[in-house]
Amino acid sequence: MSDEKNHDYHLVDPSPWPFLAAMSAFVMAAGFIFYMHEMGDGLIPLIGLALVCIVAFLWWRDIVDEAENQGHHTPVVQLHMRYGVFMFIVSELMFFVAWFWAYFDASLFPDEIIQEARMAYTSGVWPPLSIRTFDAWDLPFINTLVLLLSGFAVTWAHHALIHDDRKTVILGLSSAVILGLLFTALQALEYSHAAFSMDGGLYPSTFYMATGFHGFHVIIGTICLFVMLVRTIRGHFTPDHHFGFEAAAWYWHFVDVVWIFLFIFIYVLGAGDPATMPAAH
Amino acid sequence: MATDTAHDAHDHHTPTGWRRWVLSTNHKDIGTMYLVFSILAGLVGGLISMGMRAELQEPGMQIFPWIAEFIANADDPVNAGKHLFNVFTTAHGLIMVFFMVMPAVIGGFGNWFVPLMIGAPDMAFPRMNNISFWLMPPALLLLCMSLFVEGPSGFSGTGGGWTIYPPLSTSGQPGPAMDFAILSLHLAGAASILGAINFITTIFNMRAPGMTIHKMPLFVWSMLVTAFLLLLSMPVLAGAITMLITDRNFGTAFFDPSGGGDPILFQHLFWFFGHPEVYIMILPVFGIISQVVSTFSKKPVFGYMAMAYAMSAIGFVGFIVWAHHMYTVGMDVDTQAYFVFATMVIAVPTGIKIFSWIATMWGGSVEFKTPMVWAVGFIFVFTVGGVTGVVLANAASDRIMHDTYYVVAHFHYVLSLGAVFGIFCGWYYWFPKMSGYMYSEFWGKLHFIVTMIGVNMLFFPQHFLGLAGMPRRYVDYPDVYAGWNFVSSIGGYISYGAAFIFLIGVYQAFKAKVPAGDNPWGEYADTLEWTLSSPPPHHQFNTLPKIK
Repeated sequence: MSDEKNHDYHLVDPSPWPFLAAMSAFVMAAGFIFYMHEMGDGLIPLIGLALVCIVAFLWWRDIVDEAENQGHHTPVVQLHMRYGVFMFIVSELMFFVAWFWAYFDASLFPDEIIQEARMAYTSGVWPPLSIRTFDAWDLPFINTLVLLLSGFAVTWAHHALIHDDRKTVILGLSSAVILGLLFTALQALEYSHAAFSMDGGLYPSTFYMATGFHGFHVIIGTICLFVMLVRTIRGHFTPDHHFGFEAAAWYWHFVDVVWIFLFIFIYVLGAGDPATMPAAH
Repeated sequence: MATDTAHDAHDHHTPTGWRRWVLSTNHKDIGTMYLVFSILAGLVGGLISMGMRAELQEPGMQIFPWIAEFIANADDPVNAGKHLFNVFTTAHGLIMVFFMVMPAVIGGFGNWFVPLMIGAPDMAFPRMNNISFWLMPPALLLLCMSLFVEGPSGFSGTGGGWTIYPPLSTSGQPGPAMDFAILSLHLAGAASILGAINFITTIFNMRAPGMTIHKMPLFVWSMLVTAFLLLLSMPVLAGAITMLITDRNFGTAFFDPSGGGDPILFQHLFWFFGHPEVYIMILPVFGIISQVVSTFSKKPVFGYMAMAYAMSAIGFVGFIVWAHHMYTVGMDVDTQAYFVFATMVIAVPTGIKIFSWIATMWGGSVEFKTPMVWAVGFIFVFTVGGVTGVVLANAASDRIMHDTYYVVAHFHYVLSLGAVFGIFCGWYYWFPKMSGYMYSEFWGKLHFIVTMIGVNMLFFPQHFLGLAGMPRRYVDYPDVYAGWNFVSSIGGYISYGAAFIFLIGVYQAFKAKVPAGDNPWGEYADTLEWTLSSPPPHHQFNTLPKIK
């Protein structure tokens, strides 16, 4: 057998990043436990997080270099990445299944007779009578529009990229990033006006964890889009080779879809009757 | 200049020393690291179970108060010992599931042989492959750290069982030990999800020209189904244990009835992961057994298509049977009836597999080399575990057997016997390919015979104990259970002793250095790995093989 590589696959060179990323994840995990139990220095989890981010940056920088300068990303390698990102998003979807499961377990069955403790908490209805929910058609609806518009901007940028109109790509991506930041800011504003706190029982638990993890994904998606913006400005991507961009767009649309589900099931269908709610603070 | 470049390129592709392992992007080296990791974790997990069997050998408290005093310097050795027994059952389960079986079958054999069998030069994402491995040692380290920090107040370690049900895992054990265990599962779970993405991409995109999906070896089929199960079930576990963390530390009430929460919700989420998880552990073994039975019966495997789609069916149905672990939690009777039915359905594709292996041997020229002996042993013990599974699938009979030693016997027959027999079967089958050396038939068969005697002596009596009502996860028991517990413990020591026969065999093989040749098994070992040298070159298939 000849020693020459005679196929289109990418045999990646040895790399320190996987090992360093795993060690950084260990520091972050251990530090998180120290933080939760007030053991040791509160800086440890932040150091772990910073290390994870630095290693992620260096790792992705290698990938971008392999794609842009070394020509390793042949069509079949790009196909791998399509599969990889698609399945990563599927796994994220299953992660949200857990949070929706918890929400539906509570919201569809607030009045099971054998769950007396839950009955006492919910008064047999969902949302629980003690909870003053958000008005779905106020900030949450604005946020829905903001996020959908942002998704639209990404698609706009994608079409511009296919037509090699770099200026419009930059415009579209910048709009998407700004709208993403706006969404996060409005969500923070909404949280600050909440009439319930995290430790107020099952409603706040499901609400904050589901929308909170969504918000976390919005932040990650915004960072991805921002990286794509920087790469576009630096002249990366061609009309027929820009999977990094597409991956960020897929991820952003996934975040959109999760929000639509949150909006429909938690904000709209879980809104309750304003007449019976406790007064606002 | 030209020679310099050539030298650099050479260095680039075959690194040596620690760089070869730590910086690895080579599926065979990563597979080897997984196998070594798995052997070490298996020895630790086995040692822990030896502690439990030593305790249960006689009624009364034997050694755990002493161990608790020795490890934790406990003020109250008797109660500390009782807790420590629970810590041992927890650690044993978690280590064997996440750090022994999964790294061996998926990380080890999957990494080694999926690319070889489909004619690919490596995995699709070689770097990601390495982080999948390197997340495992930190995860195991976190789990080990949990043994030495406070769990319930006053005692160290987490004693919630591998299923970590609340409220024992929330308000029951407020100390950091449980958080260490949970974060350990987070890291191991992330590793598994990344590995699953890697396997699915590799199998779909990197098959050699001409290898259609219906020409893939059955081991590759088994890894494909396993990877889908991992991809879809692991994130749900991640969500569930994140809820545990927030319930424990951030005031949420997912599982706390006083805030409207429901501990049963955790069980649903856990078993939605946990049931696919048991198939994740056994499906790759099904694949190994199919290759081995065919090779040593000198016949193609009987009913290839039925075997492939039986595994797919097991994978699919495996997602919709989870609540058979929860018959006694107060579920609606109609719901129980559904889960009984769905669970029984799994016996159909599983039966297809058992009968197809037998039909493969039928009329074949069966050669009882060590891998084949393990494969036949597997078929026997897995069938025993399978039929007790059908018994337990009945919600009605589960009423009296839930959480007894009957359940312990059942899942050890399918896992600790089934999965582990499959791992050893794969080990002896592929050891010549991986190392280039032939193992010793004497040590391999002695290993099998001693293991077979040991594990059956260990677990068969546990059926009787369970039917007589002995509950699992207890440090002590009434005198009436003494006899079979004694037998079981002796079987346990024999089983653990067999692990050292295994190690002697490995040592002997590396010492004797008997060259194995490219294909020691003959023409019915017809998958692509046998066309390569033993061990294969650092990068194989530089020119992709063409499949007819």
